[in-house]
Amino acid sequence: MTLSAFMQNVANAVSLGSLYALLAIGYTMVYGILRLINFAHGEIFMLGAYFAFYAVSVFLLPWYIAFPMAILITAIFGVLLERVAYKPLRNAPRIAIMMSAIGASYLIQNVGILVFGGVPVSFPNIPIFSQVCKVGGISIARVSFVIPVVTLIALAVLFYIINKTKVGTAMRAVSKDYEAARLMGIDVNTIITFTFGIGSVMAAIGAILWGMKYPSLIPTLGLMPGLKCFIAAVVGGIGDVRGAVIGGFIIGILEIMIVAFFPDLSGYRDAFAFVLLIVILLVKPTGLMGKSAIEKV
Amino acid sequence: MNALRTMNHDRRNQILTALAIVLVAVLLVIANMTLSKYHLRLLNLGGIYVILSLSMILINGFVGLFSLGHAGFMAIGAYTCALLTMEPAEKAVNFYLKPIVPWLGEMHMGFLPAMLIGGILAAIIGFLIGWPVLRLNDDYLAIATLGFAEIIRIVLTNLQTITNGSLGLKGLPKMEIDVFGLLPESMHGILVLNLSACIWIAVIITILFFVRLIRGSYGKAFKAIREDEIAAEAMGIDVFHHKLLAFVIASFFAGIGGALLGNIMQTIDPLMFRFLMTYNVVLIVVIGGIGSLTGGVLAAIIVTIFMELLRFLDASWMLGPVQVPGTAGVRMVVFSIILMVMVIFKPQGIMGRREFSWDWFLSIPTQIKEFSLNRSKKEASADSKKGCE
Repeated sequence: MTLSAFMQNVANAVSLGSLYALLAIGYTMVYGILRLINFAHGEIFMLGAYFAFYAVSVFLLPWYIAFPMAILITAIFGVLLERVAYKPLRNAPRIAIMMSAIGASYLIQNVGILVFGGVPVSFPNIPIFSQVCKVGGISIARVSFVIPVVTLIALAVLFYIINKTKVGTAMRAVSKDYEAARLMGIDVNTIITFTFGIGSVMAAIGAILWGMKYPSLIPTLGLMPGLKCFIAAVVGGIGDVRGAVIGGFIIGILEIMIVAFFPDLSGYRDAFAFVLLIVILLVKPTGLMGKSAIEKV
Repeated sequence: MNALRTMNHDRRNQILTALAIVLVAVLLVIANMTLSKYHLRLLNLGGIYVILSLSMILINGFVGLFSLGHAGFMAIGAYTCALLTMEPAEKAVNFYLKPIVPWLGEMHMGFLPAMLIGGILAAIIGFLIGWPVLRLNDDYLAIATLGFAEIIRIVLTNLQTITNGSLGLKGLPKMEIDVFGLLPESMHGILVLNLSACIWIAVIITILFFVRLIRGSYGKAFKAIREDEIAAEAMGIDVFHHKLLAFVIASFFAGIGGALLGNIMQTIDPLMFRFLMTYNVVLIVVIGGIGSLTGGVLAAIIVTIFMELLRFLDASWMLGPVQVPGTAGVRMVVFSIILMVMVIFKPQGIMGRREFSWDWFLSIPTQIKEFSLNRSKKEASADSKKGCE
């Protein structure tokens, strides 16, 4: 492999890892609080990409207005999802909540096919991001730099919210002990809403960046990244935001690098994450950053 | 009726079950002769979903493990059965991109052994997967099984010389004529063991098997594990062994279901066995009630029929003189909404954990009698009260 091809792959790997990290955060935060795999999170991601597409390509808004709007609307949908599909089942058996999550995912996907059409649409091409620049003789699309930078900013804001603000402290408290947090006067429902909101914002940011990198959008777009990012969250140690970021990067880098070094395996690309999941679950079920809990009778 | 009551309880139930099977068989023969091809296909599809939903209920409902790997096992069953039943010439036509591996290309057998091999292969893969992943619980297990199903699909897509990759297999032979090779030629027109017969024989065997399994000591152990794993272990149940057993059985029947499904579709490709396929089965199981075989059977048939009935939603329709063009996908949206409403408002499904039993069935007349008796009593008392006033 030539140096330029290698650098190209590194850039791709870091971008993909960043995107997975952004999406994985939503899974891990929701799981931390509700002990629920939010199967519909991938669909929220898909909605984010489509909203951005509509804002730019159909309503012809400039990107600096369109993208924040898309992110906001996606966040509203994320919160709505929690209200409709999860809140009524707060005290139901877990299997019912999981069914509801799968059902919600399926519903959003089907509504997506109905509203957005089953034919792929092309994400708008925004010149400032899509230009190709040359770094030391290697040409790399600018978006490959934009993605990690935006991701880093988003993560910095997120960690600030979680660690320094009152809401963040409350979120951590609810995730540690749901009942105790409620008894201490934390309004658990507000915190849950907030969690879904933040998760959806991260997913929407990821989705817009995803659209720039991989411009073909279909309503089933969120399915595979969704599953992989849940895996990323598990690999990192579910419930732990840092873990989700690490897991996302591991999967993204692994996917690009294995294909780069072993082109024969490119057909199995989507399977790597699942293989990694199974290895992690068997070796260290709590994930890289997770703490093991003792099972009590 | 009175003769039935005095008879030994178990013996009576056995006779009733046998009678019911005969009745179902007669109904199926009538259906076979009168129904159109389209309706018959629907009936068969319902039968296949019965097998699939029962196998999922066993693992998700009775053992309480959340497994989402059905599509993978179905794919194994479908591919195995298809590759074993297709004529060598047909295979050569299918594999135009890369030729099939020779030993598989020449293999050819009847439908029944092929289907069983498909099921057994699915069971073996189920064992190999179950061994590591059944140590996990809840959500982790769901994701791990889902992951394995996806891996199976990806492997099938990539094994170009064995499965024909993403091109899929076309022109699977119809098992119209007697599968067992036992019927004389002259009988073919009258008692054809055609597709529907095969499928429904498989369905009835599956139902009987699962009823026996659940009623027996294994079923009791499964339920104990579902209710409280630690308590079950303390009572001397080998939890892991039972989980693995249930998983292997479920994989076997999923394989059989996949083989039959491939046969009525006549075309299979890896995309058929995406998560969506598992999802359809989950939907049936949820509607039927997780933890009830009766619910599974009922829901499989109801959902299949409903899916077809709702097809008009996708078609174009007339609003007065204006033709509203049909939009593909409305049906699936409606279906997803039904599922969501069901999960949120009636999470126990139509049957919950109740089962059909002959005792219940035979007590229907008495129940009706009591019901009307109570009602007339109430009315009478209401009347007498009125009289007092």
